[in-house]
This record gives sequence, structure tokens and C-alpha cells, in this order.
Amino acid sequence: MPIKSYLAHPHNGQKETLIQELSALKNCEVIPAENKEVLIVVTDTDSKAEEDIIKEQLEAITSLKLLAMVSGFNTPIKN
Amino acid sequence: MYTSVTNRRSFIKKMAIMSAMTAAATMFPGVMFASEQEQKLPKGGNLDWKKAPCRFCGVGCGVLVGIEEGKAVAVKGDPKSSVNKGLCCVKGYHSVMAMYGKDRLTKALVKKNGKYVETSMKEALDLIASKMKETIKDHGKDSVSIYGSGQWTIPDGYVASKLFKGCIGTNNVEANARLCMASAVTGFLTSFGIDEPMGCYEDIDHADVFVLWGNNMAEMHPVLFSRMLDQRLKRGVKIIDFATRTTRTSMAADKSILFLPQTDLAVANAICYEIIKNGWVNKSFVEKHCNIKKGITNMGYGLEDKYKFTDKPEEISFEQYKEFLEDYSPEKVEKISGISAKDIKYMASYYGDPNKKIMSLWCMGPNQHTRGTWINNLIYNIHLLTGKISTPGNSPFSLTGQPSACGTVREVGTLTHKLPHGVVMNKKHRELAAKIWDVPVENIDPKPTYHTVEMFRALDRGDIKFMWIQVTNPMVTMPKLKRYRDATKKEGRFIVVSDIYPTPTTDIADVILPSAMWVEREGMYGNSERRTQYFEQMVNPPGEAMSDTWQLIEVAKRMGFEKQFYYKEETHIEEIYNEYRRHHEGKKHAMAPLEVLKSQPGAQWPYVDGKSTQWRFNAKYDPACSNGEEFHFYGKKDGKAIIWQRPYEPAPEEPDTEYPYWLCTGRVIEHWHTGSMTRRIPVLHKAMPHGYVELNPNDAKRMQIKTGDNVRLTTRRGEMILPAAVNERGVPAPMQVFVPFFDENMLINDLTLDAFCPISKQPDYKKCAVKAEKA
Ligand code: SF4
Repeated sequence: MPIKSYLAHPHNGQKETLIQELSALKNCEVIPAENKEVLIVVTDTDSKAEEDIIKEQLEAITSLKLLAMVSGFNTPIKN
Repeated sequence: MYTSVTNRRSFIKKMAIMSAMTAAATMFPGVMFASEQEQKLPKGGNLDWKKAPCRFCGVGCGVLVGIEEGKAVAVKGDPKSSVNKGLCCVKGYHSVMAMYGKDRLTKALVKKNGKYVETSMKEALDLIASKMKETIKDHGKDSVSIYGSGQWTIPDGYVASKLFKGCIGTNNVEANARLCMASAVTGFLTSFGIDEPMGCYEDIDHADVFVLWGNNMAEMHPVLFSRMLDQRLKRGVKIIDFATRTTRTSMAADKSILFLPQTDLAVANAICYEIIKNGWVNKSFVEKHCNIKKGITNMGYGLEDKYKFTDKPEEISFEQYKEFLEDYSPEKVEKISGISAKDIKYMASYYGDPNKKIMSLWCMGPNQHTRGTWINNLIYNIHLLTGKISTPGNSPFSLTGQPSACGTVREVGTLTHKLPHGVVMNKKHRELAAKIWDVPVENIDPKPTYHTVEMFRALDRGDIKFMWIQVTNPMVTMPKLKRYRDATKKEGRFIVVSDIYPTPTTDIADVILPSAMWVEREGMYGNSERRTQYFEQMVNPPGEAMSDTWQLIEVAKRMGFEKQFYYKEETHIEEIYNEYRRHHEGKKHAMAPLEVLKSQPGAQWPYVDGKSTQWRFNAKYDPACSNGEEFHFYGKKDGKAIIWQRPYEPAPEEPDTEYPYWLCTGRVIEHWHTGSMTRRIPVLHKAMPHGYVELNPNDAKRMQIKTGDNVRLTTRRGEMILPAAVNERGVPAPMQVFVPFFDENMLINDLTLDAFCPISKQPDYKKCAVKAEKA
């Protein structure tokens, strides 16, 4: 059950576009910084396959200059 | 315990968000996210949070480590820690991941017929003990040695010193802090007679101006740098970056001033010249609290084996000192330093302004310097002349690089000349150590043996036959590396390496011992502001991995020192710490009791009457002051600090027609030193995958080199090819190049020079001559 957080850096002047493009993705939460050119992206998927798909989608976004993973938690389901 | 999956997921998600927010705060100081998000920070979950100091730099942030099912899975800044107030940098956040690399060493390995064979720890420890005994019998006690680190915990360093200096009777004890902090130590000892900063991190909240002397704090001390930027937002403080290369720090500073390598000596003197010329000297402070001295000049650079130097201090008058400074008017210094007289005057005016509180901060720039002790002295001169010292916000602050360079190497004294209290040369100090160690005083040799570079030279010559290396990677970090790598391979040498991963240093070992890392064992570190911090064992080490402390104890017992190494396995850390504290009894250096360290994020020595001391030498804060005055520099017998007359002298190897560039080496934010841990953390490795050479854009253009192109670097020691970085993270000044040293596949130290400061014996990794060309 991968949950990952990233710092996403937009290309110059494209922060708003990046917010919109990221928000359109399923399983992806976006928290833009209020005063700097950086966004937090959290992906929350159910499987490795879903995770790979979203990773591909992220990498295809043109307003995204750089995506740096901050933490990757793989949460086992426990009873 | 049952935890709802939904709760758990949302908890983990909040953790992930918080990690990202804090990482962003390190990279974009002052960054803000919607407050509503911040309120969602995790409060529950089933993680067990335990406090520890971060192990990835000398800032010594307090962190909380989240433990789940016997595994450390998360890290957050400890909001209770006055060091970082809940912040962390990228390395801190990912620190737990460094424990779980796939190739952790879990078994002892012994080299047999050129191949490593797995053995039990017992067998490996037996072999080490018998090999040491045999070497001592055949070649004398000074043929065995130990080389440790500023990442040693306090108990590691303490038992190493007790075994080698107290029991075996050799002063062959050194640590890699010689390569990073030795000039800071000799700077303190010569100027104040006692080691470590007088101030503390809280100075940042009081100072109006910060001058960073060759110190890329944005990358090397990121949390402290964030605190400074935060003060700028709140109070409009000024940050001046005084350096040889444009870095992230320069970009964030209010002013960046670039000087030519080695000329910081001249600039510091020029600042003193201006202070005197403009009548900014705090006369009553200088008269009451300072002496002025000069020492020997033209000391050489230690390039030859068995080089020796002893300074001969001589008292001089203020008038003589003033006359000496005539050679350092800003107009004269402008010509050698490459910075304008106007900029020198600009810096001097802040130091001179009685209404401005000022902090000078430095680390490797002034320390890794063939005149390292001198430049440390010169920065203190500026603060002493103006009386801007030992008061909140007025603070010359020498920062450390490693988590326990202060706590272990400097305080425990794991250097050839040191004892936990004092030095081997002093009879009283030897007597105290011998009493606490329960050894005959004659065991402690009154003569220091080898400092680090000389210790490896002795290994090369064959004077040393046995070396035990713990928590450090000298086969990446020694300057002029090839000579010392070849030395280890010579016939008749026996090398033991204790580490957590394979490294170029384990490659040269005869025995490799798997070590327990950080919170896999119990211990303490001491950070840059005299803060000792405790951590408990939180998880089990993998396989047969064992703490360095216990490895040493096991060997000591096998060598026949059961009486001195009486510690019980369950309580040995407590027993060792309590024994260690006895060396530092008294108001000048008392250490906090263990219960205190367990209950709070550290305590600062001197810890007197249940209180940490934040500002030493100031009677208002420091109970050790006893002269009835406002200040008391009690490290010196007469209670006075020393203003040192130290000239500018050139570097041993300057660029010439054959090798026309300066080569400077250093670190990057993502990696811890040689990268043996952080390169196994995928996020950090991906962010900074390999070494490179930074070039000035004009030089690159002239040579038609773009980022990624191969560049050949050649020095008198060797050559190597690295990819170019042009206008990337850092930008060197024209005719200078910079190479980070974290990449073991691009060993830049094969090219560096093993010249060192004659007083501190610390090598200069920042300056040698190199040829750069498109490969
Ligand atoms: S600044 Fe240093 S001590 Fe603090 S989190 Fe980063 S690496 Fe750890």
C-alpha cells in the first residue's frame, strides 16, 4: 500500500498549471506552498502497479521541472 | 494491538506530508503551507516515538524516531529540542533508512588466502586480540594503533582511549576529527586555553549580523542556516557570505564576498587594522582581559615525513601589534585577496559598530587550512579587540561537522596528545586518568606519538604494523590517498575495520567486524554547542553486528584487562558514562548526570548545580568565572585571552603554468561525508548520484566544456576524469574548480596534497594546484 510524498518544482511561472495538472490525477493530493515555487505531492495507491502508473503520469507533466521523493511508506495491513 | 486500517493510512499520509513540509523548509527557508494543512499533522498512530540526536552532522538536531514492530520507520524533528525546534533537513529525515541498506555487514569476515571468509564474532575477536598481543610482543606497544571518528559515541571513544593509552600504554590513538576539527581545537587552546565555543546556538536569535567564513551553511548546517534565515524574516538581520566559491549559501546571503584561497589570513588582519584605525577597539575589555602575543612564522607545511614543529609564543605590546598591522591596510590587502578595500571596510564596519551584535561562523574553510590555527586565532582577534564575545549574539562560533567530533574526539580526547581531562604531557593529568582507569600511572606515555597523517605514514614505513579503524572511511578521505592505500597493502600490516557497510576501507581489511549503527545500540553524542545528548537502543542490530564499544571491551578482556573492563553487558553504557564524568568534575567542564540526559534533549557542559551553561567566560552565565570581573577567560592561568599576531603566508602549492587552477574539495547536502550510508538511501542517491567537477562558466566556455562533458583533472599526485558541472549547484571563481568527495568511484583524494597546519596537523583539502582540460 504505497504512500509517497514528493517535492514538486514547477518550471518558471508554471506553478498554477502544475497545481491544476497534478490535482487532475487520481490518487494524488497536492499542497502548494503559499510563498515559494514548490508543491508537496502525496500519492496514495493500493498496489505497486497503480503506483507505477501514477509515477509515469507524473513524469509526463510538462510544467514539472523536478520531482524529488521525500518519503515512501509501504504500509502493511495489520489486524 | 488492532489499529483501523483507515486511521493508520491517514496517519501515515500525514507523516508523509509532514516529512515533505519539513524537507521543503530546509530547501526553501521561510516556506509556508496553508495552516489548515499543518494542523493535520499526525498525533496518533501506533508508532512508538523515541528521542535521539541525529547522527548526520554536528548540528546535533533532536529527532524523534518512530519505531514499529522492531523497525525504525520514521523520523521527525523533536519540537522540544532547542537545537532545531522541530525542524530536520533531508539527511535527518532519511536517517533511519541508512540502517536498512541491502548489503549491511552482519557477520565478521576474516581474510584467508586473499578471500573473505565468514566467521563468528567470537572467533574474529579472538583473532584480533591475539594479533594485537603478538604485534606488541614482537614490535613494541607503539606498533599498534586505533583510528576512530567524530561519529564514535562517547563510550566508544572512551573505551578506545582507556584500552590503548591506559592499558596498552601507547598514544597511537587518533580520529578522523583530526581531518576536520583539529585547527578549531588548537585555535581555542592557543587563544583561550580551553576547547570549544563559548557561545551557543541561541546566539542566532540575538545577533544582528552573521559573517560566514568559508562556510557553506545552507548545505552543511542546514537547520542552523534555516534558523538564521528565519531571523532575517523576523528581525531583518544581515548575512554576509565570505567564501572562495558561490554556493547556495552565497545565493541566500545579503552579500557574497569572494576572496582568493588562503588570503582570508590577510583579510582578517585588515579587519583588525580597520578596527584599530577607526577607534573601534573596546579598550577596557582588551586591557582587562587580553594579552597580545606572536609566534614563529614560516613554519613549513609538514610535507616531509617526521616533520616536527613547536611554537614559541612571545609577548608583544599593543603598539608592536599595531605596527605589524600596517602591512594589512585594506588597500594593500585588496591587491592579494581579490576583494575590494571597500568590501573589507564594509565587513570591518559591522564588527566595529558597538550597536551591532555579530556572529562569525566557520567550519571546514578555516580548519582545513595549512594555517588553520592562525585563521582561527585571527577571527578570535576581531571579537576580542571589539569585546564582542561571550555575550548573547556576540559570538565567534566554530561549527563541527560530525555528530560527536566535540563529544567524543575533543571531550573524551581521542587524539594522540589528549586524555579525557587534559594532555598526556602533563603529570597531573596522567595521574588523574590513571587513577580513574585503575592502571599504574607509568602506563600512560608522556609523549604523544603520531597525528593522523603521520600515523598513516608510519604504517607505510612499517613503524605501525596493526591498525584498528572504526566508523570512518580513510581510504576515501586521506589526502594524497594513493600513498596510504598502498601502505595498507604492504606485507606485515594487519588492519581491522569495524563498519556497517562495505567501503573502500573494508576492502583493505584483514578482519571486518559488523557494527551496530546509531539507535541499534545505546550511546551519547556531543554537538557543536557543548550539548551532550543520549539515545537508547531502539532496535536490534542485524545479524551478529555489535556496538563498537562492546567490540573494544571484548578485545580488552581477551588481552587480559578484565579488571579495567569490568562493565556488565546490560549496564555498560551507564557504567562507562559515570566513570567518564569523573574526569570532568568541577565547574569548568562538569557533565550532566545520565538521568538528566535521558529526560531531556541534551544538556550543555559545564553543567553546574543542575543547570547547563550557555555562555562561558561571562560571569553572568558561567559559574566557573571567579575573578570578580564581568569576564574571566579561565582557560589561561592569568584569566586572559590572547590576541595573536599571525601574518598572511601563501599556500604550499599555488597554481602555476603547468597546473593553473586551484582545486577545492568538499561536501554536498545529500550525502554524509563519503556517502557510505547516504548513497544507500535511494532518494538521496537519486538526488546526487555521482561526483562531478564544478567549473567557472567562463573557464568552461573557453575550454568548450558543457555540463556532463568529461573533464580531466591532473595534479602532481595523479589524474582522474569527472563529468563537468557548469552553473549547477555551486559556481567556483575563475581559475578554480570544486569537486565533492562523497563518491568512492571518483576518489578525488588521489589528487589532493597532504600538507597540514604545523600546529594542528590538520590537512588542507581546500587548496592545491590542478590542471583542468576537456577529456
Ligand atoms: S542539520 Fe544535521 S543534525 Fe540536523 S537533521 Fe540535518 S543532518 Fe541531522
